[in-house]
Amino acid sequence: MTTLAAETTSQERLITMILFTALIAVTIGITVWAGRRTRSATDFHSGGRGFTGLQNGFAIGGDYMSAASFLGIAGTIALFGYDGFLYSIGFLVAWLVALLLVAELLRNSGRFTMADVVSYRMRQRPVRTAASVSTLTVSIFYLLAQMVGAGALVALLLGIEDGDTYLGMSADTAKIVGIVVVGILMVVYVSFGGMTGTTWVQIVKAVLLMGGALLVTLLVLSIYDFDFGALMNDASSASGVGDAFLEPGQRYGVEVAGDAWQTMINKLDLISLGLALVLGTAGLPHILIRFYTVPDSKTARKSVNWAIGLIGTFYLLTLVLGFGAAALVGREAIVGQNAAGNTAAPQLAEAVGDHFGGDFWGAVLLAFIAAVAFATILSTVAGLTIASSSSLAHDFYNNVLRRGKASERDEVRVARFAAIGVGVISIVLAVFAQNLNVAFLVALAFAIAASANLPTVLLSLFWRRFNTTGAVAGIYGGLISSVGLVFFSPVVSGKGVDAKGNNLSLFPESVDFHWFPLENPGLVSIPVGLLCAILGTLLSREEDPDRFARLQVRALTGAGAERATTH
Amino acid sequence: MTTSPTSEGSEPPLAVTEARAVAMHDDPRFRELRARLVRFVLPASVVFLAWYLLYVLLSAYADGLMSTKVVGNANVALFFGLLQFVTTFGIAILYSRYANRSLDPLADELRAELEGSGEEPAARRGEDA
Repeated sequence: MTTLAAETTSQERLITMILFTALIAVTIGITVWAGRRTRSATDFHSGGRGFTGLQNGFAIGGDYMSAASFLGIAGTIALFGYDGFLYSIGFLVAWLVALLLVAELLRNSGRFTMADVVSYRMRQRPVRTAASVSTLTVSIFYLLAQMVGAGALVALLLGIEDGDTYLGMSADTAKIVGIVVVGILMVVYVSFGGMTGTTWVQIVKAVLLMGGALLVTLLVLSIYDFDFGALMNDASSASGVGDAFLEPGQRYGVEVAGDAWQTMINKLDLISLGLALVLGTAGLPHILIRFYTVPDSKTARKSVNWAIGLIGTFYLLTLVLGFGAAALVGREAIVGQNAAGNTAAPQLAEAVGDHFGGDFWGAVLLAFIAAVAFATILSTVAGLTIASSSSLAHDFYNNVLRRGKASERDEVRVARFAAIGVGVISIVLAVFAQNLNVAFLVALAFAIAASANLPTVLLSLFWRRFNTTGAVAGIYGGLISSVGLVFFSPVVSGKGVDAKGNNLSLFPESVDFHWFPLENPGLVSIPVGLLCAILGTLLSREEDPDRFARLQVRALTGAGAERATTH
Repeated sequence: MTTSPTSEGSEPPLAVTEARAVAMHDDPRFRELRARLVRFVLPASVVFLAWYLLYVLLSAYADGLMSTKVVGNANVALFFGLLQFVTTFGIAILYSRYANRSLDPLADELRAELEGSGEEPAARRGEDA
């Protein structure tokens, strides 16, 4: 009943395929409609800035709650209990940084990209180049993690196991097909639909995700007569570790008996991860550009409030989903399907569907949650693609190469092609990386955002003395230190193999050049990025108090802020 | 500077002349606006970051405390985690109320004045609202 692949019937696959096709058809329809409304650069990069707070709040939720947070957090809770919840809290608290310090000020002072704000009172070309490099690095790493996950997920959701075929595809071909289809769709959404198309895809996804999670949560709770304590009881006794399942320490900050050094490293790693999550969110380029899609800073504030409500509610639901999967599906069945627990949520959907309506409804609910997961992947990769293409076209092409003299038509055309380029590159990288362990890239993207982007955005808004050298040093310092430290960390080489012999690092187990003990660089790279920004500033005598005055007046009052276009 | 983000676009935003913006930066009302923003945002950020860090540190180092059961199976760790949700929602609500009351009217007044679209007397009246 609860293994997806082995007993997947052709009926289940048929329903899954129908829902996938319907989802693709709806999103393509949205894209065509949005494409007709996308003419100016403001339309392409910012969707005309006409979205309401509610719409943008859902779109932010759709952008932010990636497959890693939906399937990953539910799976982590199902396998490791409390620590999955601990992980999700960092993703939520982070939104206060966005609300209090970033969203409104960015909306008032910028135009299309993060670099608009950072470069406002600096020399344009070096700062925009740095910001563009950082945007692309963060987005491509995040994209790669999503797409490799997408390939495996499509194979799993269609229930194709090794040695098995469906529609003539083996599991390996299905993975590649999954990556290519996701890659093509994201390019289509972005290059034809621009930000308007991307936003509506994200809104649709957020509604589906909340609806699906709420439905399964209610079904799980009704099995337990809405007694959450009974559910926790069942989950902890099914977990095999008893009460420890409900306490921190199964996944993060793990205590290794007899190894005080490794225990200390594990605990520092947890703190490092927590810092990167909380400070990284408000520096993620694909999140930052969402604040430009609304008419003014008040609407930006409202949209963050909606997003906080949605994301918070969703993580509370995942607690039920995770415990439900632990109790009703069971650890063995989950790990049997996917070692990281990524299929725990779809498996749970099938289990509760079976419980209430028999096999047919089990299959329907499974297919529905699989389609939700697919929508989740599509909307996040679309957000990452438009962030990359906007930065390439607006920052790099227009402001660096053409010194700000390119026409809007040119900039939009370049942005459309940039989306295709980003799509092709990430498809190729993802196909090559499909069997590598790339899960660490998500945490790395947050660490770069926290080390390189957030400090420079905040300093440019609040530190009068901050200048070009400081901004460039801050961005590259944060970027290089986080990527460099991860390169020499156990996630890239030397972590060894797990109990089943699976390699835990990116490089083969025979290679080991790691010397940095932590898996998450934030604890070191965030201070390094900030320090580089401060030292770089003090080493240069450049200072422009008038531009600073203009930026701050604009950021705080909204005077001269970009307006919405009217259609 | 020709690359100024305000300088192009089919529907350019109302022009804010450099001199007026620079003068506004020293205006006591602008300083008051900035002080009001900082007065809320700075302490709130310190509080929620410290509160979150405390939670992470306790999760890492305070096994005994976190695993203490409060009601039935629900331990301190669960309540501490749920409290993070409560404080996040709470700070968001408090900030929005504060911004609506203390930041927006003043920001709107200064904005109208800078863009020259609001009538001077109307803007003045907004000051005490």
